[in-house]
Amino acid sequence: MNSAILTLVAQRIALGILLLFAVSALIFVGTQILPGDVAQSILGQAATPEAVVNLRRELGLNDPATVRYFHWLGGVLTGDFGTALTSRQEITATLMPRLWNTLFLAFSAAAVAVPLAILLGLLAVRYQGGLVDKTISGLALASTSLPEFFIGYVLIFFFAVNLQWFPSISTVYDGMPFFDKLKAIVLPATVLLLAVLAHMMRMTRAAILNVMQSAYVETAELKGLSAFNVIRKHAFPNAIAPIINVVMLNLAYLIVGVVVVEVIFVYPGMGQYLVDHVTKRDVPVVQAIGLIFAAVYIGLNIVADIASILTNPRLRHPK
Amino acid sequence: MTAVTLRYVRTIPLGALIGLTLTGLFVVSALFAPWIAPHGNGEIVGDVWEPLSWAHWLGTDNLGRDLLSRMLYGARTTMVIAALATTLSFSLGSILGFTAAVVGSWFDTLMSRFVDLLMSIPTLIFGLVVLSVLPSNPVTLIMVMGILDSTRVYRLSRAVAVDINAMDFVEAAKLRGESLGWIIFCEILPNALSPLVAELGLRFIFSVLFLSALSFLGLGVQPPEADWGGMVKENKDGIIFGIPAALIPAAAITTLSISVNLVADWVLTRTASLKGGRE
Repeated sequence: MNSAILTLVAQRIALGILLLFAVSALIFVGTQILPGDVAQSILGQAATPEAVVNLRRELGLNDPATVRYFHWLGGVLTGDFGTALTSRQEITATLMPRLWNTLFLAFSAAAVAVPLAILLGLLAVRYQGGLVDKTISGLALASTSLPEFFIGYVLIFFFAVNLQWFPSISTVYDGMPFFDKLKAIVLPATVLLLAVLAHMMRMTRAAILNVMQSAYVETAELKGLSAFNVIRKHAFPNAIAPIINVVMLNLAYLIVGVVVVEVIFVYPGMGQYLVDHVTKRDVPVVQAIGLIFAAVYIGLNIVADIASILTNPRLRHPK
Repeated sequence: MTAVTLRYVRTIPLGALIGLTLTGLFVVSALFAPWIAPHGNGEIVGDVWEPLSWAHWLGTDNLGRDLLSRMLYGARTTMVIAALATTLSFSLGSILGFTAAVVGSWFDTLMSRFVDLLMSIPTLIFGLVVLSVLPSNPVTLIMVMGILDSTRVYRLSRAVAVDINAMDFVEAAKLRGESLGWIIFCEILPNALSPLVAELGLRFIFSVLFLSALSFLGLGVQPPEADWGGMVKENKDGIIFGIPAALIPAAAITTLSISVNLVADWVLTRTASLKGGRE
C-alpha cells in the first residue's frame, strides 16, 4: 500500500519542482519585457551614456537573455542571488534575516488563526443557521472587502495612538528578547489574523457541512450519538483533508498579505524590502524576492496536496 | 411604470438594496466629481490636517488640500482604472477561455498550462516584479492588472464554455459550417452570460483592492493625481498624531467593495435560483 502513496507523493513533489523552474523563467521574463533598454529605464532619462554602458555591462545585458537566465538560475541553485544594484550588498546575506522575520510574523499569525478558525467553524456547524453562523458569514463578507491597510491603521489609531498599548512601528532586531518581539508584532499579526480568519472559518464550515450530509453521519445521528460526538468522531476525521487544504491556501495568502502589512508597520521583513527595491528598480533584488515568495507559495500548495493524499483513507487502503 | 418598478424594488433583499444605493452614490460622485467637488484637485485651501468643519466637511490633507474634493476626484481615478482593468481582463479572459473550450486540443492545453503557471505566482508579487521595470502610468497599471486578473476569468469561462460546447445547438452550428467567431459570440456567449455577470462584480472589487494596494505601496497612481490608495499613503503619517485623515479613503474603499459585493451576491443567488427553476 505504501508504494502507491509514495509514488503519488513523489509525483506531486516532482511536479512542484518542475513548476518552480517554470516560475523562475516566468519571473525572469517578467523583468525583461520592457520594450527598450532596461539599464536606461533603471537609471532614468537623465543618465549619462557612460553610466548606461557601465550598468549594461554589470547586468550582463550584452549577453543574450537565455545565457543570462541560466547564469542567474545557476546562482540561485547554489544559494547566490547576486548583488543588489543600489546597495552593492550580497542579496542572500541581506535577505536571510528578513526572511526569518517574515516567517516569524506569518507563522505567529497562523498559530492563532488556524486553531481559532477551526474551532469557530465547528461551532458554526453545531449551531447552523443560528447567531454564530450568521455572524461568521457576515464577517467573511466584510473581511474579503477590507483592505489590510484599513484594518492596520484602525488598529494603530486605537491601540497604538489612543490607548498606547502597543508600538505603532514594529521594530525587531537580532538578539531582542522573545517576548518583546511578540509584543512588537501583536498589531501586524492581528491584521493578518483578521484578514484570513473569516475566510478560513467559512471554508472549514463548508468542508464539515459537506461531510455532515453523508449517509454515515445520518447513521451516527440515528443511533443516538450526541451532536458534538457526531462531529468529533465521524465528521471531523473525514473533513481533515479539506480543512488542511483550506489552512494551506490561507497560509499561502498570509505570505502574500505580509507585503502590505510589513509596509504599514515598517516591519523589517521581505515584503518591505521588496517594495523598497521595486521603487528603486533594483531588478536582481526583485527577482530574488519574487522567486522566494513564489517558492513558499508553491511549497505550501504542495504540502496541502500531500496532506490530502496522506489523509485519504481510500488511498491508504487501495483495493 | 412606477407601480411595477416599486413592486420589483420590494422583491430586492435589504442587503442588495443598500449595496445598490451605495454603489450608485459612488458612481454618481465619480461621474460628476468636477461639478460637485467644492475645491480643485490640487488646490491648497487651508492648513495641514485641519479637522472636520463646515468649510471642509472631511477636513484637509497632508498638504492642506480639501479632503472631500480629493475623495471625489479619487473616486474617479480609482473606479475608472479598476473598471478599465476589469474590462480588459473580461474581454481577454472570456474570449481566450471560450476559444480554448471550442478549439480544444493543443490550444486548450497550451493556454490552460500557461494560466496555471501564471496563477502559481501570487498576483501581487508578480505585479510588483513586472512593475519594477515598467514605467508607472495608468496604461501600464491597467494592462498589468487586466492581464493578471484575466487568468481567473479564463478559468471560469473555459469551465462554463466546455459544458455549453457539448450541447446540440453548438454541434448544429458547427455542422452548418459557422465560423469560430460566430460560435463564440452568437452561440456560447449569450448562454454563458449570467455566471460571468455575477463574476464581474467580484473581479471589479478585486481590481479596486489591487489598485489601492499598489497605490498604497507607492507603485500605483502617482501623485499629484488623487486615488484612494494613494491618499491613504499621503495621510498615513498623521495617524501617529491622532489625525484620522488616512482612515477616510480607506473606509471608502471598504464601503465600495462591501456594497458591490452585496450586489454581486444578490445577482449570484438570483441567477442560481433562475437555473433551479428551469431544471
